[in-house]
Amino acid sequence: MSVMSRDEVESLIQEVLEVYPEKAKKDRTKHLTPNDHEVEQSKKCITSNKKSLPGVMTIRGCAYAGSKGVVWGPVKDMIHISHGPVGCGQYSRAGRRNYYIGTTGVNAFVTMNFTSDFQEKDIVFGGDKKLAKLIDEIETLFPLNKGVTIQSECPIGLIGDDIEAVAKKKTAEHGKTVVPVRCEGFRGVSQSLGHHIANDAVRDWVLSARDEDDSFETTPYDVAIIGDYNIGGDAWSSRILLEEMGLRVVAQWSGDGTIAEMELTPKVKLNLVHCYRSMNYISRHMEEKYKIPWIEYNFFGPTKTVESLRKIASHFDETIQQKCEEVIERYRPEWDAVIAKFRPRLEGKRVMLYVGGLRPRHVIGAYEDLGMEVVGTGYEFGHNDDYDRTIKEMGDATLLYDDVTGYEFEEFVKAVKPDLIGSGIKEKYIFQKMGVPFRQMHSWDYSGPYHGFDGFAIFARDMDMTLNNPCWKKLQAPWKKTEAAADEAVAASA
Amino acid sequence: MPNVMIRKDEAGKMTLYVAKRDLEEDIVSIEHEAEDRWGGEITLADGSSYYVEPLTAAPSLPITVRAKRGEAG
Repeated sequence: MSVMSRDEVESLIQEVLEVYPEKAKKDRTKHLTPNDHEVEQSKKCITSNKKSLPGVMTIRGCAYAGSKGVVWGPVKDMIHISHGPVGCGQYSRAGRRNYYIGTTGVNAFVTMNFTSDFQEKDIVFGGDKKLAKLIDEIETLFPLNKGVTIQSECPIGLIGDDIEAVAKKKTAEHGKTVVPVRCEGFRGVSQSLGHHIANDAVRDWVLSARDEDDSFETTPYDVAIIGDYNIGGDAWSSRILLEEMGLRVVAQWSGDGTIAEMELTPKVKLNLVHCYRSMNYISRHMEEKYKIPWIEYNFFGPTKTVESLRKIASHFDETIQQKCEEVIERYRPEWDAVIAKFRPRLEGKRVMLYVGGLRPRHVIGAYEDLGMEVVGTGYEFGHNDDYDRTIKEMGDATLLYDDVTGYEFEEFVKAVKPDLIGSGIKEKYIFQKMGVPFRQMHSWDYSGPYHGFDGFAIFARDMDMTLNNPCWKKLQAPWKKTEAAADEAVAASA
Repeated sequence: MPNVMIRKDEAGKMTLYVAKRDLEEDIVSIEHEAEDRWGGEITLADGSSYYVEPLTAAPSLPITVRAKRGEAG
């Protein structure tokens, strides 16, 4: 199928929305649009960050997912208590593949699940005492923890527990940071508010810890990686590039990060923001309070990585800029070889994405480097500022969908017929059963890293492995094949 | 009365950001932009406006201030 025109995309949207009741149709229309390069502000063509419709199948998460799962969870030397009933923590445990270095259960705790396991009596009589006891037990059992965060689940806000008071008391008692996070799942329309709440908790309870302390020796080349969750080792493959350039990475937020790194971040010279959606809040705060500028960068695919490395280098002196060029030249043969190998196998293939955070726009460049085209993209929980940034990246008249429902996504795929879909685990098996190659773009489908030049090689291999997998030709039962196809098979086997 | 943050973006243009409203917009004009008086009516690129009680000195950006929704907004 060739490229769709704007009218075709618009009529497709109308066609798909036909089955909804009038009111739902009116609401959903606002979230779906063909991309328009002439629109400067996304809010004129697409509505985002609004409550999902009751009755549709949304792919969003909750504020707890945004705080515990995304922002706080990867901080490896802190213990994150899922405060409330056991399920929220247990069913999301270790699902995000935030890699870290450390001995789990001794000095690192990312993949473990700590919960206050609320029972009926805790709901009736309040859970503060249980929480206090839990923190004491943690101190006994895991003395090498560097702090505790209390990630509230829905009941905490509903019954009005005072977790801040417990946090303050236990901070004084144990001399370790205890952070109460009011990220009850019912807050906001998606995980996005959870990111914001988590950022605010960092700001209020962690960030200013070393304001009066100058003992940390700084260099003019100190930077922090903000919003890289080290999925499959992403932050590591980003970090080596920055270090080879001569920069010193003081902190990783929050993949493979520690609370000490977070406390030192106000001492850096530049904040490098990868996931704008989840960490722009704290970057803006640091800019205001500590006068640390921040820039957004993109380490997916060589074109964007080179662009970003140069952009980062331009904030430093000539030695860094020169080293930046050296780094680029050193890796050029590597990525040229990757492109030479995989581009012929992937050229012209069309991709539809539906993910969260930064990926709906950031990975476009990586696909383009492989000669592939992104024909549709959308955010689970993006805001207007995300779509502002996306409009420029996407081709004209390509499909944009915000908080797409399960039904809409399926119908779009049936009409647009992409060669590959990138989305999450909940979508994976539906589309695979429909016979469409699929990659999970949340957890890199248990692969990764995808960031940086090293990551690109893995990215290219994974896309090839999925798209050109022989299994896609075997989906139809032999007796259902048309004669032409059967003849072809005979000819091939002869 | 939302809290708004005024900052200079990478290109050096002044922008106004309201977290609660997902608003990140270029500033077209500020009523008072003198050394000893800064603030007043702020007009944005999308046509809306905010009113910031004038400060007695030009602030160092970025800065978070309380602002009222302007008449046009």
